[in-house]
Amino acid sequence: MPKAPFNAWLVPAGRLLLLLGLCFLIAGPWVCSIPQLQLLTQFLSLLVIAIMWNLLAGYADIVSVGQHAFVGIGAYAFFGFAVFAGFSPYLALLAGGATALVFAVPVMLIIFRLRAAYLAVGSWVVAETLMLGAGKLTAFGGGSGVSMPVSVVRSLGVQPALRYSHIYWLALAVAAVALATTWLLMRSRIGLGLTAMRDNEEGAGSVGVNLIRSRILCFLWTAPFLGLAGGIITLQKLRVAPPASFSITDWTVYVIFIVVIGGIGSFEGPIIGTVVFFLIRQYLAEIGVWHFIILGMLSIGVIMVEPRGLWGILRRVVPGDLIPVSHRPPARPLAGSDSAPSGTHLKEPHSTPAG
Amino acid sequence: MLELVSVRRHFGPLKVIDDLDLSVAKGDVLGILGPNGAGKTTLFNVILGVHPVSAGHVRFEGRDITRKRPWSRCQMGIGRTYQVPKPFSHMSVFENVLVAAVSGGQGSIRASRDWAVEVVELTGLAHRMERPAGELSLLDLKRLELAKAVACRPKLLLLDEIAGGLTDMECDELLEIIRGVHRQGATIVWIEHVIHALRRAATRLAVLYGGKIISSGTPDAVLADPRVREVYLGVEA
Repeated sequence: MPKAPFNAWLVPAGRLLLLLGLCFLIAGPWVCSIPQLQLLTQFLSLLVIAIMWNLLAGYADIVSVGQHAFVGIGAYAFFGFAVFAGFSPYLALLAGGATALVFAVPVMLIIFRLRAAYLAVGSWVVAETLMLGAGKLTAFGGGSGVSMPVSVVRSLGVQPALRYSHIYWLALAVAAVALATTWLLMRSRIGLGLTAMRDNEEGAGSVGVNLIRSRILCFLWTAPFLGLAGGIITLQKLRVAPPASFSITDWTVYVIFIVVIGGIGSFEGPIIGTVVFFLIRQYLAEIGVWHFIILGMLSIGVIMVEPRGLWGILRRVVPGDLIPVSHRPPARPLAGSDSAPSGTHLKEPHSTPAG
Repeated sequence: MLELVSVRRHFGPLKVIDDLDLSVAKGDVLGILGPNGAGKTTLFNVILGVHPVSAGHVRFEGRDITRKRPWSRCQMGIGRTYQVPKPFSHMSVFENVLVAAVSGGQGSIRASRDWAVEVVELTGLAHRMERPAGELSLLDLKRLELAKAVACRPKLLLLDEIAGGLTDMECDELLEIIRGVHRQGATIVWIEHVIHALRRAATRLAVLYGGKIISSGTPDAVLADPRVREVYLGVEA
């Protein structure tokens, strides 16, 4: 029986760390103060956005720099459904996600005509156009935005502690659903094709991976989650305003940093990147703009050492994925496969696979 | 089975495939020869749809597939290997083949797992099953190319210099696998410079030069053709 590698313990240790992190997040409302809970809510929102950008850029080769558009659409739609249509905040949140999905269709039709750098610029232009459009909505306060009425705020809880814990639970639920469903997507045949696309697009197309359908699915997959994150962010800020709700810095530039630092094209990367980003922001924010310089230098340094980010560096010693999306061969070898001579046991070409 | 009618593929002023007609019957093993730059790989790119044609038509099993994308053509039954391997470097050998079995062979993951293992074993990669493809040697990368193409359950298999750089023994092994695929009913078009391998497997040879077929027929007849000897073998007629 082959011996396990000396570093095999790192995988269960890493998974234990993730589990402890999850337990901490679940215990959050009981063990954290309101400012800490707000920080965790921001963490979860940014994590969702990072997971989605990673899916787009890391797997489907859609390097969008305009995903803040869907965060903004989700924010405005949430506000509209909650304030003007009288939906409960929970229902308005879902409606915000659905609205982002609806908007994703025409946006996709525009930007999918472009590729690579042109697509990046195109997505940014579309996002800025949508932000300018939001600034023309007088019911939403035009360019300066509008605050959420007290009645809507109070519907989430009269006491601030209760209100913030409600918002936190919503953020945790959205993050959990985003992570779990995206993991399931990556484990499916679509995810298998996306992983192949990540490694070699032409090769993937040649073995039957439908590149166009995969890209469309990814783009439409991310939009509602970005919209939901936009709704959560609005609940936290209690107002919508074009520059804040459609912030390219907060919802796209930082997210690119996060994914690049953590490890693009991996499931662990966005999680690691978000943790690192928040640690830097929390502990180095008092040194002013220097923390941005450190963030930039860190991302450049990481890319130079390992293009697959911190997770790529860790993966040199960690012998497996912490959140496995890969597929392993069946444990039991096929009967007779060891002894069968080459070329003698092929099935009919292009027939339906057995089983 | 495969028919190319007046196919042209130009890159700007460069005519890589120039008014080419080619037909491959079901069950054929057609060997394609030609000097470097003759348009052999471009021909495969045109057949699979990696490069759209500049003019002309590509038909497969009587259907016009000229406008079809590569993945559609693969799902219709055209499998292909690349001269320069295109592995999914960060995926294991098993996953590389599984992608092809699932996407090209159009099976579910559950149903395709055993088939993927069978193909990995068939192509002699069983001992590398869980290795990342990026860590494979050139020989194993070539085996992987073949494994991915076979996993798609092709009716037509396009092999692009699969025997290049192999020893005689490795070449024999590969030949046996290819014959196995052929015995199961697959039609094969094989670009190769290793003439002795091609001669043993091919039922027909065609020589491509300047984007045109300058000679085709039985291997013996083609290799004896003075024009072929001049442009490809470098022997003056």
